[in-house]
Amino acid sequence: MATIGHNNLNAKLVLLGDMGAGKSSLVLRFVKGQFLEFQESTIGAAFFSQTLAVNDATVKFEIWDTAGQERYHSLAPMYYRGAAAAIIVYDITSSDSFTRAKKWVQELQKQGNPNMVMALAGNKADLEDKRKVAAEEARVYAEENGLFFMETSAKTASNVNDVFYEIAKRLPRAQPAQNPAGMVLVDRPAEGTRAASCCS
Amino acid sequence: MDEEYDVIVLGTGLKECILSGLLSVDGLKVLHMDRNDYYGGESTSLNLNQLWKRFRGDDKPPPHLGASRDYNIDMNPKFIMANGNLVRVLIHTDVTKYLSFKAVDGSYVFNKSKVHKVPSNDMEALKSPLMGIFEKRRARKFFIYVQNYIESDPKTHEGMDLTRVTTKELIAKYGLDDNTIDFIGHALALHRDDRYLSEPALDTVKRMKLYAESLARFQGGSPYIYPLYGLGELPQAFARLSAVYGGTYMLNKPECKVEFDDEGKVAGVTSEGETAKCKKVVCDPSYLPGKVRKVGRVARAIAIMSHPIPSTDESHSVQIILPQKQLGRKSDMYLFCCSYTHNVAPKGKFIAFVSTEAETDQPAIELKPGIDLLGPVDEIFFDIYDRFEPVNECSLDNCFISTSYDATTHFESTVDDVLNMYTLITGKVIDLSVDLSAASAAEE
Repeated sequence: MATIGHNNLNAKLVLLGDMGAGKSSLVLRFVKGQFLEFQESTIGAAFFSQTLAVNDATVKFEIWDTAGQERYHSLAPMYYRGAAAAIIVYDITSSDSFTRAKKWVQELQKQGNPNMVMALAGNKADLEDKRKVAAEEARVYAEENGLFFMETSAKTASNVNDVFYEIAKRLPRAQPAQNPAGMVLVDRPAEGTRAASCCS
Repeated sequence: MDEEYDVIVLGTGLKECILSGLLSVDGLKVLHMDRNDYYGGESTSLNLNQLWKRFRGDDKPPPHLGASRDYNIDMNPKFIMANGNLVRVLIHTDVTKYLSFKAVDGSYVFNKSKVHKVPSNDMEALKSPLMGIFEKRRARKFFIYVQNYIESDPKTHEGMDLTRVTTKELIAKYGLDDNTIDFIGHALALHRDDRYLSEPALDTVKRMKLYAESLARFQGGSPYIYPLYGLGELPQAFARLSAVYGGTYMLNKPECKVEFDDEGKVAGVTSEGETAKCKKVVCDPSYLPGKVRKVGRVARAIAIMSHPIPSTDESHSVQIILPQKQLGRKSDMYLFCCSYTHNVAPKGKFIAFVSTEAETDQPAIELKPGIDLLGPVDEIFFDIYDRFEPVNECSLDNCFISTSYDATTHFESTVDDVLNMYTLITGKVIDLSVDLSAASAAEE
């Protein structure tokens, strides 16, 4: 859930989509400005944060990558829990990956919170000559299912930041937390975070 | 899955998931499977529909209880000691970043047919109605001794070697009566029976210090914390850790048969006609029933209520310990209550558990002293399950089997088992000396 304070918004964002669609590459491009031609399957890091300034506020995304648990359909409910936004990624050169992206959308509609901002990203848009999924088909599907749609390329950086900016703009602003939020145990005083009043 | 792994872990209970995470972080190639289509095994949290399916067959939950998905009902309810070993493991592995916690409101003890707040330091001892005026002063002196005691500083020992002096002898020095000893031993030091009295006092003193330091940590009404959305989040968080470090996850895998070579050593695991080879297997007792023996049974009741437990000052999350002696039993009884404030039930609803090591076959009768404290309930379920421990020699067969969860309402015994298994598996000892004093809680 997006939580708000002094025009600062914290939002959990989850990535979904099949292995090889480019989920990690999109995040690495967005967070670090990097692209690796042969990105290994996600190991060691699957949790990033990045702050964006949009018109009236700053949005701090806490980005969760699947850590490979999507491979055998073993993503835990925790993954979806409290997510304010999701990017469903497919590879425009693979019709299979688009079919499965639709399955992920269904799964999100079942597991996720109803106000979640969802983006459909047709990745690898630089590989136009190998295209198997028409942009129009994906656009229509996205519209019918309440997602916004963009074609992206983690390789050329095309539209990558735009997807995240668009999500930041669409996040509901005045969303009161349902419950007083809990505390996160950290092994050092949190940087720039006010200590909870209940805690020493 | 026709590959070779260093370790195959079977079952996604908390113990197995912590081990899976630690082993993956160590760089071992881990395959983790579960026969169920959900995470957590015996330590999962169920929604209302799943709870009904488990205990009421084809019946459907009544609509007045609210939405099924708003419920996260622990199958193995426990609280986390704020300065205890589980928190050290969470910080050591950095798994805390996936979880949010809240302090538990209250810690109580059943004494002479009444429920009392557990006094944990010299000041609270003076205020507690648990003791008469002279006993309070004696207890206060004892609490001060414990608070000042530092193992490495003999000046604080007052001439006693606590590795030799028994708990009974130490307490005798302060002249405390049996009633006081009972709540100190069971509700503060969290002993499960009375053996501690004839054992060296050091363990009890350390346990009391852990309780007091945990209580001071978050200034809640108890030394405990508990994750939002229930304990089922813990195995999921450690599973994610394992996955992030390359662990492979497969749920909904039927059978999971462990295969052995001619020498009786683990060779692999077969499921759905495919065999994954491995050097070692880590699992809960249900995956290797031939290598475990039954050591006891836990009787428990799960209640859904619309009010906090009476006489706990409206605590929306609370533990009550009913020491064995107060009930004329051989083992303690534990009450655990959590509510919508920890996101385990819809607004206004409470989930209470009463559990104990079973001494009869009739949980409803056996648990009555605990259930009587709950007041009216919306729904109640009774259950009894067997506890197992491994009997194999893991150095011979390379099978590392966890012990079933006990009835205690905290995790200290759980983590002890995990750390012990980790050492057996790897030959290494985990250094859990994380800096707890530097650890703080950040508001999210």
